[in-house]
Amino acid sequence: MFNVIEVDRLTHYYGPRQSLDGLTFEVRQGEVFGLLGPNGAGKTTTIRLLNGLFTPTSGTIRVLGLDPARQGEQVRARTGVLTETPALYERLTARQNLMFFATLSGVPARERAERVNWLLEQFDLTARADDLAGAFSKGMKQRLALARAMLHRPELLFLDEPTAGLDPEASAQVRDWIAEVTRQEGMTVVLCTHILSEAERLCDRVAIMAPRRLLAVGSLDELAQRLLPGQRLQVELYEPCSIDFPRLRALPGVLGVETGANPAGPARELVVQIKDASIVPDVASALMQMGARLLRLQPEHVSLEDVYFKLQQSAEEVRA
Amino acid sequence: MNFERIWAIARKDWREVRRNRSAWLPMVIVPLIFVVVLPAGLLLAAGSDLEYAQMAFNDPELELMLRALPPAMTAYLDGLDLVQSGIVLFLGYLFAPFFLIMPIMFAAVIAAESFAGELERKTLEALLYTPVRDSELFLGKVLAAGVPAFAVTLFSFLGYTLVVNGLGWPVMGRVWFPLPAWYPLIFWVTPAISALGIGATVLISARVKTFMGAYQLSGSLVLVVLALLVGQATGVLYLGVAAALIIGAVLWVIAAALLAVGIRTFRRSTILVKG
Repeated sequence: MFNVIEVDRLTHYYGPRQSLDGLTFEVRQGEVFGLLGPNGAGKTTTIRLLNGLFTPTSGTIRVLGLDPARQGEQVRARTGVLTETPALYERLTARQNLMFFATLSGVPARERAERVNWLLEQFDLTARADDLAGAFSKGMKQRLALARAMLHRPELLFLDEPTAGLDPEASAQVRDWIAEVTRQEGMTVVLCTHILSEAERLCDRVAIMAPRRLLAVGSLDELAQRLLPGQRLQVELYEPCSIDFPRLRALPGVLGVETGANPAGPARELVVQIKDASIVPDVASALMQMGARLLRLQPEHVSLEDVYFKLQQSAEEVRA
Repeated sequence: MNFERIWAIARKDWREVRRNRSAWLPMVIVPLIFVVVLPAGLLLAAGSDLEYAQMAFNDPELELMLRALPPAMTAYLDGLDLVQSGIVLFLGYLFAPFFLIMPIMFAAVIAAESFAGELERKTLEALLYTPVRDSELFLGKVLAAGVPAFAVTLFSFLGYTLVVNGLGWPVMGRVWFPLPAWYPLIFWVTPAISALGIGATVLISARVKTFMGAYQLSGSLVLVVLALLVGQATGVLYLGVAAALIIGAVLWVIAAALLAVGIRTFRRSTILVKG
């Protein structure tokens, strides 16, 4: 598996204002890579730089082995971009929009109509193919914009906030389409989003950004291990019980214990930070020896949201 | 340079203009007024009551104007009566600058729609993410504005020729239009002034964010043409063949300079930062 994108110490200024500061990351072939961060973090600027719309102030970028600043035309012939707004020609029909972009994207003339029809069908737009795009709902516009981004079978697809502003049903549909069509076409995907549940569901690896800079890169498991080591075990007792916390903390593999507001008094719920799931039976056994009657023992899943906020909080502390 | 892409950009813009009433309506109304309403009104009035027309044209100021015409023009009036001379003077001579207003106006409206309009509707970014080159995008848009501006003017000229010869037949008794100066005017000055309108609008579009803003600013170029009209009407300038050739050459030089600056400043990064 080779790197489709390689970014090294990328810095960019809009006039006197710095927009990116020393970004370094790579995207591997065939993965769905998430670029996460708050509004204004520099996600869209990064996409523009990766497609040669802007030139880096310093640092290097390789996209599909090419330098986008000097070989932008060749890069864009092999990438597809779903922009933050659908950016459709609303006075043209869905088919006219796609045929126009197929011509500009270099789809051979003899294949254009067939490719457009296939994409209209894939995105469930065939029945409305000859209606003006301006008459479409938000969800339909987003599907049409997605179809446009995929017209020339790009090897690398950039999706900038693909479900922004859509209702939950339309968002789910768009997510399903992304998963299905990218799988069928074997594309590498870079997904920019601030919807963390979406990134968690779709991405193999993520890069988390704070304004202008990168905080961390990796898979959710890697980031969770690095930032929130161990696992959280939620414990609920049938009735309040006095727990011997020092003894519990002394168990091999237990990293810490969180209690309620009154640690000295009897507890009914507690969270035990453990190295991994193999410690769970030892914790259960120790609690029972202390006279606790167990109602529930549940290892807690570390979500991308936990990792994300941990990173943003650390970044905030460093800034402060 | 990929000509298929350039052509596709121009065709897309024409399709959009066709569905934008505020863009195409002036292209119908203005020619109708200049080509049909004004000449038809004059010719029908003259043809319906020749005695009254003779009285109306028997104006000392009109005679003064006729006497001040250059020899090339007066030769053309030899043997014509007062009404016929008046018609040739108005419709064959003083109306000529109106045909310069049309291309500059249409070129400006389409170029404003094409450059500033795309930025305003946020459609330009998707276009910039395609492999199309900046120069191809620029030329596609210049073509999109220039071809209809010149085509409408050309068709208006043909329509005008039919109207003035057809409705003027009862008075003139022959096909008298176009006069020689009209050929350089239509085929040399008109495309030059279209190019000038586009070049100016492209530069203006790079500084304003809305279609209306670009259109209103570039619309002020019509003042240049109005100056020609006033020059003709006051006898300061007569648009003969030589004058049309010289004016056309000057306009081509200015248009080429404006387009050259336009193509240099038309860069993806600049456009996006502005948007």
